[in-house]
Amino acid sequence: MLRLLSSGLRLVGHRSINAVWRLGSASRFMGLVMLRSGLSFRRFHLIIDELHFAGVLSLIIIMVSGLFVGLVLGLQGYETLKRYGSAEAVGTLVALALVRELGPVVAALLFASRAGSAMTAELGIMKSTEQLSAMEMMAVDPFARVISPMFWGGFLSMPLLAAIFSVMGIFGGYLITVVIIGVDSGAFWSQMQSSVDLRNDIVNGVIKSVVFGAAVTAIALFEGYDAPPTAEGVSHAVTRTVVTSALAVLALDFVLTAFMFTGV
Amino acid sequence: MAVPRGNVIAIMGGSGTGKTTLLRLIGGQLKPDRGEVRVEGNPNHGISHAQLYAMRRKMGMLFQFGALFTDLSVFENVAFPLREHTDLPESMIRDLVLMKLHAVGLRGAHALKPAELSGGMARRVALARAIALDPMLIMYDEPFTGLDPISVGIIGNLIRRLNDALGATSIVVTHDVQESLKIADYVYFLSGGRVVAEGTPRQVTESTEPFVRQFVHGEADGPVPFHYGAPAYSEDLGIGR
Repeated sequence: MLRLLSSGLRLVGHRSINAVWRLGSASRFMGLVMLRSGLSFRRFHLIIDELHFAGVLSLIIIMVSGLFVGLVLGLQGYETLKRYGSAEAVGTLVALALVRELGPVVAALLFASRAGSAMTAELGIMKSTEQLSAMEMMAVDPFARVISPMFWGGFLSMPLLAAIFSVMGIFGGYLITVVIIGVDSGAFWSQMQSSVDLRNDIVNGVIKSVVFGAAVTAIALFEGYDAPPTAEGVSHAVTRTVVTSALAVLALDFVLTAFMFTGV
Repeated sequence: MAVPRGNVIAIMGGSGTGKTTLLRLIGGQLKPDRGEVRVEGNPNHGISHAQLYAMRRKMGMLFQFGALFTDLSVFENVAFPLREHTDLPESMIRDLVLMKLHAVGLRGAHALKPAELSGGMARRVALARAIALDPMLIMYDEPFTGLDPISVGIIGNLIRRLNDALGATSIVVTHDVQESLKIADYVYFLSGGRVVAEGTPRQVTESTEPFVRQFVHGEADGPVPFHYGAPAYSEDLGIGR
């Protein structure tokens, strides 16, 4: 019994020390990313390349997913609102749900699975094949040349992707409710226009997507950089990126929503 | 350990004896717990990031498997340090890259991607990249590992020729006794993180020192034991209790 207790305590202690150690490494890592950002911004084409990689190449999955989420929201919203005789308010429901919540959150989850996992794998493989060491030995700082541009590419592309997701979702909602079901087009758009507020809804949604972009990109890059230089190490790092990013996005979403929409 | 200018120095020893660590210490990627490493008479630790990087610009390093950037072509890999550290016009960069590739016999492969190269070719491209800025010190980490005998001969010959042509100094970490004795001016043997023997290739070949004999002649048992440390055999088998 005593042995079981001591081994349990040892395990908890070991995991706690490990967690603190990783937190310290991650903080140092992000410190270096920020410190070298100036050099990256001076060579903005590196950030443009990463914007293309993280943003443009994620467009298809974001647009298609946004469209389907909008189609489903439109259908569900119409069926529910019809019972109360306010089917015209479906435009408001679709827009608010997308701009405030689903746009930033679902886009961030998709971004983590598509671009985040790719960033982790790229960095992990660069490390395991000594490409980062080779860069260091050529007197080229990998933080300035590779990691910082990756961070800013991901950071900047996330709000744009979330906006595109919401636009495609609203288009999907319009398609299903107005074009197919026959809800009045004028009512759909005017109700949306009168109830969606720029400051409270759109800006808050953009703030969420910026925070999610920073969190997902930072997690993806740190996991790649910290991955053991083996095939198994890189594969575990990719899994950790997707899982940790998803949990971080959902937790951050709760905190941000609590502050933004309930006046905490 | 001293590495005189213009020489090719071979560093040999079993796996895990600290050969690659030594190269990383010289390159400033690791800091020594004790003692110091000096490059051109200047210590390479306890200096600023900018000073360390300025020192590294005078060094070239060939990694064990080349460490080529897989998303760049052969040409772009060799051009990488030139683009990063110089403001040369594109036409001059092109000429320099082709000259470096010609020196390693791969001018015709400039448009290929690293995935299209054999192990030996990748090593030669990495060598062209390592000498792109005409370094004063070139370090080679296991340059012969996994290569066929022809490629081993080519790489060995290139190490010697490039060192002499550039007036550089080379440090070659290797297990390949025969090839390194052909090209090196001086040889160090490491074991357990210490220099256990040293000498010119001739002295090494004729040495009666047990460790050197075992290493040079590839003997299975000797100062480096065949068996990994373990309790008595009889004890493990439960005999004679």
